[in-house]
Amino acid sequence: MTDYDVIVVGGGPAGSMAAYSAASKGAKTIMLEKDRDIGYPVRCGEAVSDTGLRQFVEPKPEWIAATIKKIRMRSPDNTIIDFKSLMAGYVLHRRIFDYALANRASQVGAEIQTRAYVDGLIVEDDIVKGVKYQYMGEKRTLKAKIVIAADGVESRIGRMAGIRTAIKLHDIESGYQVTVGNIDIDQEMIDFYVGKNWAPGGYLWVFPKGDRMANIGLGVVGSKAKDYNSHDLLHKFLKEHYPQAAMLTSVCGGVPVAHTLKQITGNGIMLTGDAARMVNPVSGGGIVSGMHGGKIAGEVAMEAIAVGDVSSKGLAEYPKRWRKAGGKNHEALHRISTSIKDITDDELNRIALRVSKIPREERSVLKIFTVVAKEKPKILLDVTRAFVGA
Amino acid sequence: MILVKDNRCDFCGTCVAVCPVDAIELREADISIIHDTCIDCDICIWICPIDVLSSDKGQGTSND
Ligand SMILES: Cc1cc2nc3c(=O)[nH]c(=O)nc-3n(C[C@H](O)[C@H](O)[C@H](O)COP(=O)(O)OP(=O)(O)OC[C@H]3O[C@@H](n4cnc5c(N)ncnc54)[C@H](O)[C@@H]3O)c2cc1C
Ligand code: SF4
Ligand code: SF4
Repeated sequence: MTDYDVIVVGGGPAGSMAAYSAASKGAKTIMLEKDRDIGYPVRCGEAVSDTGLRQFVEPKPEWIAATIKKIRMRSPDNTIIDFKSLMAGYVLHRRIFDYALANRASQVGAEIQTRAYVDGLIVEDDIVKGVKYQYMGEKRTLKAKIVIAADGVESRIGRMAGIRTAIKLHDIESGYQVTVGNIDIDQEMIDFYVGKNWAPGGYLWVFPKGDRMANIGLGVVGSKAKDYNSHDLLHKFLKEHYPQAAMLTSVCGGVPVAHTLKQITGNGIMLTGDAARMVNPVSGGGIVSGMHGGKIAGEVAMEAIAVGDVSSKGLAEYPKRWRKAGGKNHEALHRISTSIKDITDDELNRIALRVSKIPREERSVLKIFTVVAKEKPKILLDVTRAFVGA
Repeated sequence: MILVKDNRCDFCGTCVAVCPVDAIELREADISIIHDTCIDCDICIWICPIDVLSSDKGQGTSND
């Protein structure tokens, strides 16, 4: 006997999308979240593109802290490149957004339980049959036909099923972010700082949050994190650039900038979102990609249940559809991100100088890319290879 | 042995993500090292954004 068709572990965007898509297809679904709140704490810069979001939900004004129209980038020697954003984008209030996604899942019948910490799987005959969890310290179990692990960067649920999810240091960014008040910035612009001065092997961001507020954060690539500490780098930046800023929130967070796991299914289990390493490895954006993964996972789960085959083989449509939906592109991005991490500050400065000489209205992705390729031919090679699939 | 500084952790899970042997237990506001499983590779010390972890071998305590 099972209690549910689908148990989703983790109540982030990927989990809520998985719960929504499974429940709306008729699956008896429950989502378990370890924290007391859905959507909090927010360990995220909260930037998304309008088109990305719109694939899954109609953006609501109450989710949006700021609308992005311009992008600015700064090289290590302070050469500034700015351009109009090709796509409209937003900085969200993820606390409200994540809540709304979970609420939407509940509207189609998904049950949701917070303060439910999953600490084990029920496995019978090599098939995952449910979860062990603690609700306010009390041990409980729940059985289901399929468990969807959307447990974020930690990705321990997959490990419990024997899937290797541990992430290599060069594939994760060690991040620190503050939400600050009392600063004067252009509320329509997102601002990036690249180079090892600001964020070795990553970047520093200033994202507007409306009302003289901003999310200011940075990521240091794990392979350099032994020598650089993102907390200290961020405070150094704040002191130099925004000494008057008031600290409203400060959080740590890891961004997996890895290749999506080779294995995202097992018998009776599927991994999605950060847990499956679906983040865009160049931008570090994982809200939209997580929603995409969650949506597909929920759909395939219900289809597999309908035909009565929840084995890894029966779930094979999931990795197939993820690859088709963008997973292939994702592999290309991972290759690019790997070579970007090797760019030196000198190369970045030269790139920025060349780009800054292109008149602003002529700055296109292609033009900028040509400049990058001239300075760092290996990137062009990687991109070409990535797109021809060699 | 990996040591956890008191009242410092933000419970973000970054160390959990890199631990090769799943030796870190993390809840909403509670972290502990499973010492029997830990292989003392120290990478959790390096990756932590706020230097919560250290080793009693005397490493990783740069931010004390
Ligand atoms: C500093 C930083 C900045 C970022 N900036 C951006 C950005 O600007 N734009 C963007 O698109 N992305 C950004 N990202 C990435 C983005 O935050 C993630 O990709 C996104 O949240 C992934 O969604 P998810 O649902 O997979 O995981 P999460 O949102 O991490 O949700 C996982 C949930 O699972 C719960 N959980 C974990 N273990 C268990 C368990 N054992 N039992 C029960 N529940 C459990 C957790 O509490 C959590 O709520 C950023 C990340 C960081 C760290
Ligand atoms: S990486 Fe640091 S702050 Fe984050 S959970 Fe681990 S010890 Fe705590
Ligand atoms: S030292 Fe290595 S094995 Fe031990 S907890 Fe840290 S990452 Fe895991």
